[in-house]
Amino acid sequence: MARGDEQGRRRRSGDQAPGRGVRFRIGPFTGRLSDVTPLDIDALLDDHSVHIVVCCGSGGVGKTTTSAALGVRAAERGRRVVVLTIDPARRLAQSLGLEQLDNTPRPVRGVDTSTGGGLDAMMLDMKRTFDEVVEAHASPDKAEQIFANPFYQALSSSFAGTQEYMAMEKLSQLRTHLSGEPGRDGRWDLIVVDTPPSRSALDFLDAPERLSSFLDGRLIRILLAPARGPARVFTAGISVVTGVLSKILGGQMLRDVQTFVSAFDALFGGFRARAEQTYQVLKAPQTAFVVVASPDIDALREAAFFVERLEAEGMPLAGLVLNRVTDGATGGISAQAALAGAERLDDERLTAALLRLHARRLERAARERAVRRRFAGAHPGVRTATIPALPTDVHDLEALREIGDLLIA
Amino acid sequence: MTGKGGTGKTTVAAALALALAAGGKRVLLCEVEGRQGIASVFDVAPLPYDERRVAVAPDGGQVWALAIDAEAAFLEYLQIFYHLGRAGKLLDKFGVVDFATTIAPGARDVLLTGKVYEAARRRKHERPVYDAIVLDAPPTGRVGRFLNVNSDVAGIAKVGPIRNQATSIMDFLRSPQTRVQLVSSLEEMPVQEVLDSYDEMHDIGLAVGGIVVNFARESELTKTELANARNGRLDLQRIGSALKEAGINGGDSALAALEDEARQHAERVAIEAKQRRRLQDTGCPIVELPEVSEGVDLGTLYDFADRLRDCEAIS
Repeated sequence: MARGDEQGRRRRSGDQAPGRGVRFRIGPFTGRLSDVTPLDIDALLDDHSVHIVVCCGSGGVGKTTTSAALGVRAAERGRRVVVLTIDPARRLAQSLGLEQLDNTPRPVRGVDTSTGGGLDAMMLDMKRTFDEVVEAHASPDKAEQIFANPFYQALSSSFAGTQEYMAMEKLSQLRTHLSGEPGRDGRWDLIVVDTPPSRSALDFLDAPERLSSFLDGRLIRILLAPARGPARVFTAGISVVTGVLSKILGGQMLRDVQTFVSAFDALFGGFRARAEQTYQVLKAPQTAFVVVASPDIDALREAAFFVERLEAEGMPLAGLVLNRVTDGATGGISAQAALAGAERLDDERLTAALLRLHARRLERAARERAVRRRFAGAHPGVRTATIPALPTDVHDLEALREIGDLLIA
Repeated sequence: MTGKGGTGKTTVAAALALALAAGGKRVLLCEVEGRQGIASVFDVAPLPYDERRVAVAPDGGQVWALAIDAEAAFLEYLQIFYHLGRAGKLLDKFGVVDFATTIAPGARDVLLTGKVYEAARRRKHERPVYDAIVLDAPPTGRVGRFLNVNSDVAGIAKVGPIRNQATSIMDFLRSPQTRVQLVSSLEEMPVQEVLDSYDEMHDIGLAVGGIVVNFARESELTKTELANARNGRLDLQRIGSALKEAGINGGDSALAALEDEARQHAERVAIEAKQRRRLQDTGCPIVELPEVSEGVDLGTLYDFADRLRDCEAIS
């Protein structure tokens, strides 16, 4: 069912996953890895004009671990850091050795604070964040009414998509504690954000625009119509649409949605204003985006998509962090020589096995270099830092520190 | 089919579709995240919102594929159930389509699961069009919300068509006809997410069929050799002379590289054994698919399908 609605397409452009956009150039472009400028992580973390670091990337590339490692390193270099993670799997809690992370920033113990820095960490609880918005901005009566609404209850606790709006809201709240600007309490001077595990990790950036398109659209007028009274003039279109909505949703659910929208009406404005303000801050030089990827074709395709999107939006990209890069040091034995040698060793099973292990590693390293070259060719300006693949899993502060060290090496 | 990002969920879903199609069956493989992952594993052009045959299984089966698009599914739904061809355009004009597919939390998942349900129930000549449907679902972090969305909708819509639709979909997902298959690599976080999902599926009343372990590595080294490699007690002299015998004269640096790689390999194997035990503790049937060092191609898919055929973990 093809739709030729160009405008609709453009509006939803942020929605496009990389496969659909096909903007990752594959073809004659190829770069040399020696030409890739290193991303200087310490310079980034030491830059006191940077107050927000946003880590984005596809799922499973080590985004949360990277955010945590950046947070630990920044804190131990003297920054007062809060890491915000938006992940239902409690991964940050695991890697920071915390039992639990709730909607409030908690100090991470064991971080070296001798340079005057500190590290807090928090995990977004979308329901609690939503409830707090209601409590802070609605009158007690209205708040009661909203909390009792069945539609609100499902919206705030269960539905996918709410997370992106709440992530933006939480980031707005944390910003009010940043130092360096008037009227702020200066509790932190750096926020590290680990983006939500959305379909596209940039869904989060689209949240303010989506909310605006709803608030400025015609649908909200329909949803608000009963509250604003029948005196309003109904166009034929509106009544048809209302009829259809009622047919699909049923009268009761449509009424619940309408009740929610009208009760929340007064709150939308502030909500949108904060989200848009934060969106503007994300475009300012005080923000740095770090795209995280692993050196495989899918993750780098997604990374390419992020890089292009950030460029298009004029958002400040610090660079790419490549995670789990295979160490291609040969120790003087090439893959071919190792395989040939293994063939010759009939009785020395162990040595033959070690040679095959070595060859497999080099082949993997070569494959990774090939996809990295392709990325570098299409995106020559992107600074890159790499983290070698570690034999062990990361789940404590010490390992996060090690990752920080490896990022610099 | 769900698993943490990066664990090869789409590849395993594709292999499962092939396995289920073997023997003359017709299987539909769906994706819902707009990534065109299916097109990429089968090496075909990006899929439109239209069921297309993407592969032929052993013994004449067929795998069809569909990249479900929420917007197209919504318009189709309006057309089928309400005959709202023209009103569909009006809804779009009023922003209803955009609202339902990108703005309103939850609505999108209702549309996506609804389309899967429709395909599962579709009949032609008194029999189902598809013998099986494999859904490459959202990753573990989001799958609970995705699969349970209709239960939430049924909770807020007390009456009306949407309630009926949501209840039927949920009944179908909770029926013995549906199984959730979990995919994991043998790393700590993916395993943890699979274990969390396993509990979550239980909580929302969905049956887990089995766990597919992807990228399983087999070690050529014996237990003793692995232990020695970890503790730095490999017989380097012997390895050194074997290298000379094999005509490799890398000297000490070559030997040191092999020793270091052996240690890392042994550490990895130990972690994998531990993670494997955690998965086994669920009591859930497990099937392992090997790591393919040269990358997954079509041949690998058929090989994986063979391994998945008739195995308890994907019953």
